[in-house]
Amino acid sequence: MSMNNPYLPEMATINEVIEETHNIKTFRVTLNDTEKMKNFTFEPGQVGQLSVFGVGESTFVINSPPTRMDYLQFSVMRTGEVTTKLHSLEAGDQIGVRAPLGKCFPYEDMKGKDIIFVGGGIGMAPLRTLLLYMLDNRKDYGNISLLYGARSPNDMAYSYELDEWFSRKDLDTTLTIDVEFPDWKHRVGLIPNVLLEMNPSPENCVAVTCGPPIMIKFTLQALKKLGFEDNQIVTTLEKRMKCGVGICGRCNIGGSYVCKDGPAYTYEQLKQLPNEL
Amino acid sequence: MSEKKFLKNESVIPFIEGLAGGRKVLVPVCEGDAVIYRPYRKDCRLELTRMPTISPKDATFPRTETLMTFKQAPVAKTEGDGEGDSDAQPKLELTETLPEEKVVVFGSRPCGARGKSIFTRVYETEDVKDPYFIGRRDNTLFVSIACAAPETTCFCTSVGGGPADTTGSDVILIPVDGGYVAEAVTEHGAELLQSDLLTSGADKAGEAEAVIQKSMELLGDADDFSIAREKLIELFDNDEFWFDMSAKCISCGTCTYLCPTCYCFNITDETAGKSGKRIRTWDTCMSNMFTMEASGHNPRTSKANRLKNRVGHKFSYYPSLHDKVIACCGCGRCIKSCPAAVDIREIVKSAQEYEDVNE
Repeated sequence: MSMNNPYLPEMATINEVIEETHNIKTFRVTLNDTEKMKNFTFEPGQVGQLSVFGVGESTFVINSPPTRMDYLQFSVMRTGEVTTKLHSLEAGDQIGVRAPLGKCFPYEDMKGKDIIFVGGGIGMAPLRTLLLYMLDNRKDYGNISLLYGARSPNDMAYSYELDEWFSRKDLDTTLTIDVEFPDWKHRVGLIPNVLLEMNPSPENCVAVTCGPPIMIKFTLQALKKLGFEDNQIVTTLEKRMKCGVGICGRCNIGGSYVCKDGPAYTYEQLKQLPNEL
Repeated sequence: MSEKKFLKNESVIPFIEGLAGGRKVLVPVCEGDAVIYRPYRKDCRLELTRMPTISPKDATFPRTETLMTFKQAPVAKTEGDGEGDSDAQPKLELTETLPEEKVVVFGSRPCGARGKSIFTRVYETEDVKDPYFIGRRDNTLFVSIACAAPETTCFCTSVGGGPADTTGSDVILIPVDGGYVAEAVTEHGAELLQSDLLTSGADKAGEAEAVIQKSMELLGDADDFSIAREKLIELFDNDEFWFDMSAKCISCGTCTYLCPTCYCFNITDETAGKSGKRIRTWDTCMSNMFTMEASGHNPRTSKANRLKNRVGHKFSYYPSLHDKVIACCGCGRCIKSCPAAVDIREIVKSAQEYEDVNE
């Protein structure tokens, strides 16, 4: 290879597939080249392109934290061709991985601050990497709270981790679902409304939010209402991507390429870009 | 520039045939009404006077190219990590397919050759190096013919080029009476001009200069498109403006396919049995599908959104990221071949001159 080919995936093996919900599966993956796996580094919020050869590539956040490098974890909602094919794969199957791509969350700038995570549905995936990273570097951050919502308990990914999150004294977890459900012991209500009820103080706090566009829209409004400044709000964006390295031209918002300049942006940065989400 | 040589008209064919030793030679030929770059053949209808209909970007950025091939390999027993078992999955063999072919484009125009420089700023950065484009670019020589008779759609001087601009060319040929004054731009170009078919052109320097001077006069005053950088951003949310500008557009994408600087692409997989390839193809931001997400969401649903991105990218976003260089070389192909007579110059000018009557 004459130079580092940005399009050439690393071959990787799926070690484990976790069925999260009826349409979300989580894949735990290791690179076949053990040396490359050992030396693999990334930062929370960075993404990867998963290849199913013969079908194509799609972009997913690496949702395991860089502090836990036994495998790289990706959660995939079945939506189009690549994700449907991914859902048919099993442990032992081979895929391609191009990672890490993009920019991470500004986790260095968040040190010493209180953090509130607001995640909706599959939007919990990018938050998970940062949440676990912060829990693994707990002393660097102030109070950490999580508000995680889904349509119903059956739509909640990472449900097997929730007990541990609840049991931690250094993490304040709140769960909500959209409508009443038998035996549900947590909150019921839309995420932005629950957030307003929780009434977190913006004082020395950063809010990190990800979810469906409509949820982000109203969560941003709620955060503004609570007094959060634009530079205290961080989110991640999605766009159709192909190259993943800022060349192929479809994920741009004006001059910002979500694949390489994002996907993590502060609300302050987003407001400086043209309005084309 | 190096010494001036002279290539007389009768020597053009022998010179092209001489280039063919070891290189694929692409030349502009007539096909129906169009002038298209094709591999040189003795019986081809060489056309060196008319501006080629398509740009020569195909030489450095093919409309379709294979990035890599893959095939399912038989399972080879290897020393496992202790966890391997007998029903291991078949391994996939992945092979990158880097370009190696050596090419010379004879008869490009300065605007077409210049297009590569717009690619380079994106395809060869500190962070990312595209080995396919870089490989082809470095393996392809351009012998460009300066423009003696620019067309009404030409505006190279408004975007940093000119009728004898040498950016991206290895040799520049200036048409004069009875042949071409030839000058090498690069060392590779100088090697091409070692041919015995060329004679000294020192006595024709004045004539060549006059040809370019006349061409400049025909092009007229250059437009200043520099304030478009800010103006297009200011107009981003002005739906009415973009609705007006795009009213004629039929979203066919001809403009992007003919453009020497349009560099967007798609990547798709093709398979046959247990093997396949990952290919890269030209894509067009004029298509509704370009930004369509799997969820059904599309940030650019209307042709107004898409035309705004095309013009904005060339005259605002790209210049803001790349030392104010406009991502257009003024060849006018998008204007000349547009079936709906959309004129990018007029859109940029309208944006620059736009005043909100309600303010």
